[in-house]
Amino acid sequence: MSGYLAGIVSILGINVIFAYGIYVTAASGQLNLGGAGFQAIGAYGCAIMSSVYGFSVWTSILIAMAIGGAIGFVIAFPILRTRGVYMVLATFAFAEVVAGIIINSEFLGGAVGLPLSDYVEVNAIIAATLLVILFVFYLMSTRVGLAMRAVHDDESVADLMGVNNRAIQVMSFALGGALAGLSGALYALYFGFVEVQYFNALLSIFVLLYVLIGGTQTAWGPLFGASFFTLVPEALRIGEDWRFFIFGVLIVAMMIFRPEGIVTRDALDRLWLRLAPGTRHG
Amino acid sequence: MQLEVAGLDVRYGANHAVRSVDLSVAPGEIVTVLGANGAGKSTLLRAIAGATPISGGTITFEGKQVQSRNTATRVKSGISLVPEGRQIFVSLTVEENLLMGAYTQTGATTHRDVERIFQRFPNLAARRHSAASVLSGGEQQMLAIGRAMLARPKLMMLDEPSLGLSPILVEQLFELIAELNSNGLSILLVEQNTHMALQMASRGYVLELGEVKAEGTAQQLADDPRLAEAYLGAQDAA
Repeated sequence: MSGYLAGIVSILGINVIFAYGIYVTAASGQLNLGGAGFQAIGAYGCAIMSSVYGFSVWTSILIAMAIGGAIGFVIAFPILRTRGVYMVLATFAFAEVVAGIIINSEFLGGAVGLPLSDYVEVNAIIAATLLVILFVFYLMSTRVGLAMRAVHDDESVADLMGVNNRAIQVMSFALGGALAGLSGALYALYFGFVEVQYFNALLSIFVLLYVLIGGTQTAWGPLFGASFFTLVPEALRIGEDWRFFIFGVLIVAMMIFRPEGIVTRDALDRLWLRLAPGTRHG
Repeated sequence: MQLEVAGLDVRYGANHAVRSVDLSVAPGEIVTVLGANGAGKSTLLRAIAGATPISGGTITFEGKQVQSRNTATRVKSGISLVPEGRQIFVSLTVEENLLMGAYTQTGATTHRDVERIFQRFPNLAARRHSAASVLSGGEQQMLAIGRAMLARPKLMMLDEPSLGLSPILVEQLFELIAELNSNGLSILLVEQNTHMALQMASRGYVLELGEVKAEGTAQQLADDPRLAEAYLGAQDAA
């Protein structure tokens, strides 16, 4: 694999995992505009564990995921007191707080950033990405995944069915935090350096767009959205000045023509029928 | 008695929605709760199901006090509510809606139970993998009842099940409720269609502004001229 291709594939994998971190909360009906904060926690957690405490690569990654998950769990309680646009603002504020803490902390390298001595190859990122994809597809096929979608549809009826809404939502946030943390850890290890400027508001917005434009109805949505948004800007690199213009037009067009996201259940059903007439997916 | 509600109070802020209500349902009985809009009927059912917090009183189901238990525990012990306006999960398929009904059921019988519902409702079986939102109003009501049945209830509470259905569908719906009841399921029914409700039920309660204003056998309520005029509509209404 050429260096250029390896770079693209790595970023793609990291973005896909990141998008799934946002997707698992969105699938149960909560918008997380603090993605960059969770990714930063994973990246810095991994950097500290690896460089300062000298843990192995895999141990550092697991600890980074655990930290991301634990913070997702804890932050879920105040955030779930808010609704709708206020929840979006609360998660956004959370990411700003994380960035503020990092930039003011000497231990975390402040504005200068932290170098890592260890690293991961692109193959490790590919393996992690495939595992995460399989895991999320599996999760969405279980009764917990079904309950997440039911909570997304109608909390009060999900309650009548005996679903513990709060437990499902908190679990979603914790799992989302862990996955975003994993993406951050892989980012840190692949690039060998973390700086807080990368984990900015624009990153939070982009990853939420991956998920919303890809579609939150099925686990295909974030995979498609993250791939599209990672690869298309590369393909459009020819006209550097026009790149973001074309990108913007594409986003507006998608929101007009496919407001439920690119990949919907209906679209998948039609695709399955065309590929294998007479069968339906489950 | 299977269900005993005693002195139940529900308040929303300054609004006293249910005032010291006593109500009971015997095993295998059909009991109806009548009253005008805003009388507190839906609130009463939601409070029994555990979906609305109560401010006083007791709810006893099969000898156990359940008023401090959460909804999931009450569903597991056999209380199911079919909410007003169907309220199916629109982005889930028909089959997934039914599976959600069995959420509290941990046994391996769920898939057999789902197939049984599909046998009972062939219309639903034909659409099992379609989004539930494409169903007609009548089919959605069947789905909501089928979903509630998957929790294997002993007492099913139905909140205005005939709302928005055509007369033929209302007829079918009440036949279904009677059939479920003949298999031993107790029914607590809230209905605007008082004529039908009193035909089916053995006993009834009339709520007004959250209070029980009258109770008795269905015949007594149907024959009470004051009630007929105030709550139950004219005699020829159907």
